[in-house]
Amino acid sequence: MLSLNNIEVIYNDVVLVLKGLSLEVPEGRIVALLGSNGAGKSTTLKAISGLLKPENGEVTDGEILFQGQPIHKKDAAEIVRMGIFQVMEGRRVFEHLTVEENLRAGAYTQPLGRFSEDLALVYNYFPRLKERRNQVAGFLSGGEQQMLAIGRALMAHPKLIMLDEPSLGLAPLLVAEIFEIIRRINREQGTTILLVEQNARLALESAHHAYIMENGRIVLDGSPADLKDNADVREFYLGLNEIGSRKSYREVKHYKRRKRWLS
Amino acid sequence: MDRIIQLALSGIANGAIFALVALGFVLIYKSSDVINFAQGELLLIGAYLTYAMVEQFGLWWPAGVVVAVALAAVVGVLIEQLVLRPLIGEPAISVIMVTIGLSSLLRAIVGAIWGVTPRPAPQFLPTDTVTILGANVGVDRIWAFGLAIALFALLTLFFRFSREGIAMRAVADDQQAALSMGISVKKVWAVAWAIAAITAAVGGILLMSIFGGVSGTIGRVGLLVFPVVILGGLDSIPGAIIGGLIIGLLQSFAGGLLPPEWGLGEVAPFIILLFILLVRPYGLFGQRIIERV
Repeated sequence: MLSLNNIEVIYNDVVLVLKGLSLEVPEGRIVALLGSNGAGKSTTLKAISGLLKPENGEVTDGEILFQGQPIHKKDAAEIVRMGIFQVMEGRRVFEHLTVEENLRAGAYTQPLGRFSEDLALVYNYFPRLKERRNQVAGFLSGGEQQMLAIGRALMAHPKLIMLDEPSLGLAPLLVAEIFEIIRRINREQGTTILLVEQNARLALESAHHAYIMENGRIVLDGSPADLKDNADVREFYLGLNEIGSRKSYREVKHYKRRKRWLS
Repeated sequence: MDRIIQLALSGIANGAIFALVALGFVLIYKSSDVINFAQGELLLIGAYLTYAMVEQFGLWWPAGVVVAVALAAVVGVLIEQLVLRPLIGEPAISVIMVTIGLSSLLRAIVGAIWGVTPRPAPQFLPTDTVTILGANVGVDRIWAFGLAIALFALLTLFFRFSREGIAMRAVADDQQAALSMGISVKKVWAVAWAIAAITAAVGGILLMSIFGGVSGTIGRVGLLVFPVVILGGLDSIPGAIIGGLIIGLLQSFAGGLLPPEWGLGEVAPFIILLFILLVRPYGLFGQRIIERV
């Protein structure tokens, strides 16, 4: 459904952030994109959604195809209308608007007649938002804001939702709840999901396929089961040692183990 | 006592006009962070366009007003597209300098077309007076006040319930997030400038009718937008309305009650401006960022 071929992204005409990145998101699946800080995960999402331009970034090479059409030259509004919706990192709800006004803003590209039906759908997934529909979004808890951010995406009827760190800054119980809803949306609405996460364990549990990126490139990909067995992934992303127990930092060796995919 | 009521009523009427003009300023600032020093010239353009339509082209005055307001909106959008669009991403100080330059340019264009000598203008608001609470008040002031309130009510409905209105508030809150849901920020800016030009034009037309003439002094009222918005809060629409009324009253009382040789009527708003900047720089209703604890 979505494919990135050898994408190169440059910020401010000099900083090369993505260096020939390729990935594939098949329809109806949940695909996870993992990696450490600064690997270029958010940049990848912004390259897809057309949000690079306001940050002075540019796709300089390669192509991004969505349902067979190149989209890397289109602007953000067109891309949303084509059915790709990015839920940005840090939730980014409109703090001075009420919950319902936030959802109306999410439905900006949709015909007015559909609004109440879509609203009911969002409230069905997130009953808590319904209780707080007339509250100003800035005063919601972090978890509720994340729900609102995802609800806002649903209002736009996207074929593909891109979630940037939905677990950021949330309590573990809430994270579990939100991931459960993400899986439900994928199952019940058939929405394809591209998930960026630092929490690798969580992401591997939900995804059908995962990519690991480092320094602007994909270094590894495979099914979650395969990745969970990979020694490097276990050590660097899941924090487990060779035997599979939790790593003890008392016994961490002083030299740094070399990742095998870098060479 | 009668005198005080009279001053209060005329202050409120002037204040409503200031509030209208300030509202446009606030809208532009909220949606695009541009501090528009050319707001007063938008007033001037609205007034002179109406003068041209009614006096020079001989249109029936309501039609003339409608055409002039529509043209003013077009001018607003053109300014946004031609002057401010290329400045996106430039430092705030450059944008401010450009709007200051723009104000001189617009004034010069108006001067080149219509000359600089004041011209008598049609007074389409009734000029007789009525007695309210023992004070004589011009009916034109009451009209001005009523029209301003009606326009505010319309705009409030627009921002609460219409899709474009909510989109404008969304852009004011978080531009990139708004962009991520397909809201066209450029369209929002254009709408903000159009509304600012419309409210300023209506303000200019009301002033023209009250003064009974058009001249550069109408543009000077644009300067008063600064005390109003600093008092009310740069990014607050209710602040613009209340700030406008307070400044209107203040100007009226300072000019009418204090000895005229002090000349405080003109200056009082700016004394308040200084004072507010010292004690409450975000104004009465300015947004302080919501922080969750």
